[in-house]
Amino acid sequence: MGMNTVTKHSTVLQKDYQLTSFRIFKKGLLYIVLILGAIAMLLPFLWMISTSLKNQGATMVFPPQFFPDHATFQNYKDVTGAFPMLHFLGNSLLVAILTTFGQLLLSSMAAYAFARMQFWGRDKLFLFYLATMMVPAQVTMIPQFILMKNFGWLDTYQALIVPGLFGVFGTFLLRQAFLSIPKELEEAAFMDGANHFSIFWRVIMPLSKPTLATLGIFSFMQSWNNYLWPLIVINDKSFATLPLGLSLLQGRWETNWNMMMAGVVISVLPILAVYLFAQKYFIQGMTMSGMKE
Amino acid sequence: MVGMTKKKTAFWVAVFLLPNLIGFFTFIVFPLLSSLAISFTNWDLISTMEFVGIDNYKQLMVDKEFWAAFTHTVTFIVGYLPLVMIFGLACALLLNRKVKLRTFFRAAYFLPVVTSWVAVSLVWKWLFNPSYGLINYFLSFVGIEGLNWLQDESLAMPAIIITSVWKDIGFVMVLFLGGLQNISTSYYEAADIDGANSWKKFWNITLPLLTPTTFFVTIISLINSFQVFDQVMIMTEGGPGGATNVLVQNIYNHAFRYFEMGYASAMSWILFIVIFVITLIQMKLQKRWAD
Repeated sequence: MGMNTVTKHSTVLQKDYQLTSFRIFKKGLLYIVLILGAIAMLLPFLWMISTSLKNQGATMVFPPQFFPDHATFQNYKDVTGAFPMLHFLGNSLLVAILTTFGQLLLSSMAAYAFARMQFWGRDKLFLFYLATMMVPAQVTMIPQFILMKNFGWLDTYQALIVPGLFGVFGTFLLRQAFLSIPKELEEAAFMDGANHFSIFWRVIMPLSKPTLATLGIFSFMQSWNNYLWPLIVINDKSFATLPLGLSLLQGRWETNWNMMMAGVVISVLPILAVYLFAQKYFIQGMTMSGMKE
Repeated sequence: MVGMTKKKTAFWVAVFLLPNLIGFFTFIVFPLLSSLAISFTNWDLISTMEFVGIDNYKQLMVDKEFWAAFTHTVTFIVGYLPLVMIFGLACALLLNRKVKLRTFFRAAYFLPVVTSWVAVSLVWKWLFNPSYGLINYFLSFVGIEGLNWLQDESLAMPAIIITSVWKDIGFVMVLFLGGLQNISTSYYEAADIDGANSWKKFWNITLPLLTPTTFFVTIISLINSFQVFDQVMIMTEGGPGGATNVLVQNIYNHAFRYFEMGYASAMSWILFIVIFVITLIQMKLQKRWAD
C-alpha cells in the first residue's frame, strides 16, 4: 500500500514535469516564430539602410555585405545635391499638411451639418455620400485629370491638393463621432446665445480630438504615399512629391542601388517618425476604414 | 434651437455644408458621371469627341490584352489573398497572447504598412536583383541559383505577390486582432474546464467566432487587390512581355500613354462593376449574419 502511494505520487510528479517542459518548449517555439517573423519584416529595411551607406562598388559584390567596409554618407549628399530629393521632400510636406488640415476642416463642417442640423433631404444626401465610397479611384481618375487640364491646373500644387480635400470617408467618420456627443452640452450653450459656429468650434471639435487625430494621421499618410495621382497630373519635376520623385530617381540611376536606397530612406524616415509617435492612431484609422492608402 | 428663424438655419446649413458639397459634386459626382459618358465615346483629348455607343464595351469583350490583364489580376489575387490572410491571422493569433515585447513585435509587423508602395517596391526590386540581391543570395544556400525574378515571365508575378504579402501582413493582422479582442474569454474558460487543447479551441471557438472578421478582411483585401497598381508600375511596368500587366496598369496605359480616354474609361467601369458585385455580395451575406 505504502509502495503504491509512492509510485502514484511519482507518476503524477513526472506528468507535471512533462507538462511544464512541454509548456516551456511551446513558449520557446512561440518566441522563435515571433523573432523570425520580425526579422523577415525588418530585414528589408535594414538592407535598405545598409545599401544606402555603401559606395557603388560595394553594392556589386557577391556574397552581399551586411556591414559595408567603408560606410559613407556620400549617396545622401548626391541624392540631395545632384538630385532635388529635398525639394521633393518639401513638396510632399506642403501637400500632405495642407491636404490633411483642409480635409479635417471641410469634413468636420459637413459632418456637423449632417449630425446636428435639420434640413430637407439630409439623410438621403448622406446616403448618397456613402454610396460614392465604393467607387474605385480609377473610375473618377480620368475625368478628374481632364478637369485639372481644363482648369489649367496640370503641374500645379492645386492639382495635388484640392481634389484630395473631399474624402467622403472623413465626413462619415466624424459624423459618427459627433452623433455620440450628448446634445445637452450644446443646448445650454444655445440658451446662452451661442451660434452654430461657436458650438462647433468650442464644444464639438474639442470633444472629438481622438477622431480628428485618427483621421488626420490617416489623411497625412494617404497623401504622403500617394503615387498614381501625382503621376498623372505632374509632368514638371519641380512639383513632384516623394513617391513620384523616387520613380524619377529610378529613371536617372537605374543601376545605382546605393543612390536609390538613400532616396528611399529620405522618403521613408518622416512617415516612420510620425508612425512611431502616433502608432495608436494609425492602427485605428486603418481598422475603421479598411483602407490602406 | 431656441429663437432661431428658418432663414438663419438655412444660412448656417449653407456655411457648414456648401464648401464640402461643392467639392463633392465637382471632384467626385461629376467625374463619376462623366466617366460613364466618356466610356461611350472615342476621345484622345485633342480631336472632337465621337459618340460610339457601346462599341468600346463590345471591343473590350474580344480584346485579348484586356482579358490577359484580367487574368493577371486574378492570378495575383489567387496567390496573394490566401497567403496574406493566413500569415496575417497567424501573426494576430501569436500577438493576441501575453508575450513579452508585444508592442515591439506589433510595430515591426506593421512597419511596411505605413511605408509607401513606391519605397517598398524599390527595396524589393533591389532584394530581387538577380546578381547582387539578398533573395538569390539566401536561395544559393539551398542550391537554387540565378533566378531572374523580374525579368522572367513566370517569376515576375510571384515576386510581386511576395512583395505585396510582405507589405500587407501587418494590415490584415491589425484587423484580425480587432476581431480576436471581441471574442469573450468565457468561451475559452468553458473549454478549459472541458479540457480542450489549443488546437481544438482554435477550430471550435476562435475560427467560427472570427468568421465575420475573416469575411470582412477577405472582401476588403479582394477589393483592394483588384486595384493593384503601384508595385506593378514600379517593379515591372506590366512586363516582362506583358506577364504582369494588371487591370489598372492597362487602364493607365490606355488613358495616359495612348490617350484613349473612352476605351480606358470603359475598362474602369468593368472594374467598377466587379467591385460593385463584390460589395453587393458582402451586404447580402452580412445581413444574413445580422439575422
